[in-house]
Formats: sequence, C-alpha cells, structure tokens
Amino acid sequence: MTKTKNQMTLTFLATSENQAFARASAAAFATQLNPTMAELTEIKTAVSEAVTNAIIHGYEGLEGDNFVTMRCRLSDGEIYIEIEDSGQGIDDVQQALEPLYTSKPHEERSGMGFTVMSEFMDELLVDSVRDSGTLVKMRKKCASESFVVM
Amino acid sequence: MEIQFVERNGNLITKIRGEIDHHTADKIRRSLEEKFAESDAKNIVFDFAHVHFMDSSGIGMVIGRYKELQKTGGRVFAINIGPEISRIFDISGLRKIIPCFAGIDEIESA
Repeated sequence: MTKTKNQMTLTFLATSENQAFARASAAAFATQLNPTMAELTEIKTAVSEAVTNAIIHGYEGLEGDNFVTMRCRLSDGEIYIEIEDSGQGIDDVQQALEPLYTSKPHEERSGMGFTVMSEFMDELLVDSVRDSGTLVKMRKKCASESFVVM
Repeated sequence: MEIQFVERNGNLITKIRGEIDHHTADKIRRSLEEKFAESDAKNIVFDFAHVHFMDSSGIGMVIGRYKELQKTGGRVFAINIGPEISRIFDISGLRKIIPCFAGIDEIESA
C-alpha cells in the first residue's frame, strides 16, 4: 500500500473569484490520494463553503487587501485542510454551526455552510477569536488509498 | 458560468452552464430576476444538466426564487440534477420544497 505524505499552503486575496481557484487547488492536491469522484466533489464543496465564509463573513466591511490561507496535508490516506482568515471572527461558534442559522437573514444565505462541511468531511473543528480571525480545520478519509498508486 | 433562458408553456427554463458558488449565484439571481420580470412566465425551472458543482450559495439562490414566487402563486422546479450536485440537494432538504424531475417533459405532462 502506498501512503502519500505531502503538504501545501496557498495564500490568496479574499475575493469571490478565488473560491473556484481554492476548491480546484484542494481537489487537484487531493488526487494524490486517488479519491473517488464523490469524495473529490465533497472536498471541493467543503472548501468552497469555508472560503465563502472567510470572504463574506470574516472580512465583511474590512478595507484593504485581505487574505485567506489554505493549508492541505495528506497523511495515511486522509486529507487535512485548514482555511484561515484574519477577519472579524465569530461571536458564537456553536450558534454558527447550527443548521439554517445565518447572520445575514436579509440576504439569500441558506445557513447551510457549516452543515455541508460537517456532512461532507469526517471531522470539522472551528476556532474563532473576535477581531482576530477564524480557523476551520477539516479532515477526510479517502477510501481508495488502499489501491496501489503507480 | 453561462446562463440561457427559454420561455415555454408558462415556465421560464433557466439553463445554467458552469459552477454555482457565492460568486456566480449572485449573477444568476440578478440575471434571472430581470428576465423573469420581463417574461410572461409564472414558474421557474432550473435546468442543472450542465452544472457540475454547486455549494450552499446555490441552495440559497434557489430558495430565494422559491420565496419570491410564493408571493405570486408561482412554482420553482429543478430538472437534470447530476450526481455531483445530488447530495447537496439531499442534505439541504431542498428536494422537500423544490420538485425535481428528470426533464422538462415530465413537468409539462404532469
């Protein structure tokens, strides 16, 4: 059995155009684990949700160039993904994790972002400090690592 | 992301090609609102045949149209949901409020 160990870090401007860039990059990196198409879709979706949160919640109303950092690590058939912003943070993380909760009820937000991350990944941890930023940590096992990768 | 509209039998069929996230969902919403206002359609049919990625921003956009059309007695349908976006339809509960069909013929013959 081949055990892939690798890691990468990407830092990019917190613009909505970069959502597609971030999820495509994470998916491209994850292909080293030989994931199924369904697993790749789940990884892309979870990354898209976390990056969207950083852009529309973390940095909302903050001026200047704001950055999101994504760190991906592959180990023992699992991918570990961290998405970090230095924005305004989340006051009540437990409340934010509740399905359908949105801090923007007047906008067309579904309130499903963290629920999607939690459903699509095996583990989700959210660490947030007011006026300091938010760190989202996710882990997912990719089933097809047991195949020999040539 | 590309969007194409076809008005047929009271339905505004909205064909989307590309990925639906926060960036593109807002463009789809604006384009669709404008087209719907100038059409005679009562219902909106989202055709997802060429959508290979959608996150919860897309869910929010579809629910937004559902709420808008509730005010006028119109309905929102979805057709051609592929495997990539099927699961987000399931976990979001979207199928409970948006009837999903294999194609436009199924809606028109229902």
